[in-house]
Amino acid sequence: MIALLLRDLRLAIRAGGGFGLGLAFFLIVVVLVPFGVGPETALLSRIAPGILWVASLLAALLSLDRIFALDYEDGSLALLATSPLPLEGAALMKALAHWVTTGLPLTLVAPALGFLLSLAPEAYAYLLISLLIGTPALSMIGTFGAALTVGLRRGGLLLSLLVLPLYVPTLIFGAEAVRRGAEGLDPTGALMLMAGITAGSFALLPFATAAVLRINLR
Amino acid sequence: MLRVQNLTCARGGLPVLADVSFEVAAGEVLILRGPNGIGKTTLLRTLAGLQPAISGEVSYPDDEGAYASHADGIKTALTVTENLTFWADVHGAALPADILETFDLADLRDRLGGTLSAGQKRRLGLARLGVIGRKVLFLDEPTVSLDRFSVKLFADWLQNRHLAAGGLAVIATHIDLGFPAPELDLTPFKASLDTGGGTDEAFL
Repeated sequence: MIALLLRDLRLAIRAGGGFGLGLAFFLIVVVLVPFGVGPETALLSRIAPGILWVASLLAALLSLDRIFALDYEDGSLALLATSPLPLEGAALMKALAHWVTTGLPLTLVAPALGFLLSLAPEAYAYLLISLLIGTPALSMIGTFGAALTVGLRRGGLLLSLLVLPLYVPTLIFGAEAVRRGAEGLDPTGALMLMAGITAGSFALLPFATAAVLRINLR
Repeated sequence: MLRVQNLTCARGGLPVLADVSFEVAAGEVLILRGPNGIGKTTLLRTLAGLQPAISGEVSYPDDEGAYASHADGIKTALTVTENLTFWADVHGAALPADILETFDLADLRDRLGGTLSAGQKRRLGLARLGVIGRKVLFLDEPTVSLDRFSVKLFADWLQNRHLAAGGLAVIATHIDLGFPAPELDLTPFKASLDTGGGTDEAFL
């Protein structure tokens, strides 16, 4: 399983795109927002939690269709399915690799970009924590969506439509946690609920993903 | 070691082959023959467990089956050695020291998969079979885009390494591999249109 994770990370680094695309998108959105809504810091700091979360969610969405599509096209997916590696494990590793190449970099640069949106100083810790807890769920749910649409031509649109509603709870609780942090309220409840979503998706979705892959490989 | 009994398999929900039965013992090869579209690929995928059979039984030792098709599963951004090492790791096997020589890949060991020619990719795909150490091989047109010399390399490996070590192989191919092997013509097993089982799935 580790071999698969390492291979995917190596491919993401070598092929470019994988790492850079989501990060560049995140950067562009966050940099452009102040130009769009004007330089008023009070307004910016109020909408900052929401903007940061929406932007990171869309950035994670951007690279989802590559999770299984490349392996499906070159035949590796069928070979993996007949290997001793359980497909559930492969699904988990794929999600993990996606998180390391998108979710983790997004989490790490988010505080710097929060500064551009004049995010309240109290909120930085919660921004970091909420993204750290929340983005793995985005990757896991996205992996499931990618498995559903693998083998479809132009499956990207369908993938976004399938996955976006499933992303909504994470988005709500994530942005809420940061907003409450910014206003000096207790964000524990929102963080707990979001951690629950992440834990739940990692407990259930590898199995669902593997089942869907088996059907799509027929 | 491989036993197939009354197997009926389907492609796209429609049965293509019905009541296929055969046995292959350790150290033997079975060549599948038949015109295009008869269901050779479907049969091999069903045997490998990639798709369910409509009816019938397939039995071979657990975790011994391997499948290879037209798509070699080669990553264009990884080198030849890295590609092979990945499959060795996934199968928990060590990379045999002479595998690159066996398939004439030694000069290409540090080349990226994307820069290989079609025939070289094929040789790399076949070398994977030597790496993963599985006994029961289901090979779909393994010699496509190989030159005569490479076909001989492959046949030598199959005979002297794989079969000699107690492996077996079911191979769909249109060419002569250069050694005597029993053949199975699939034409008589062509499913008639009313063979049941597929209709439900066609409407799902």
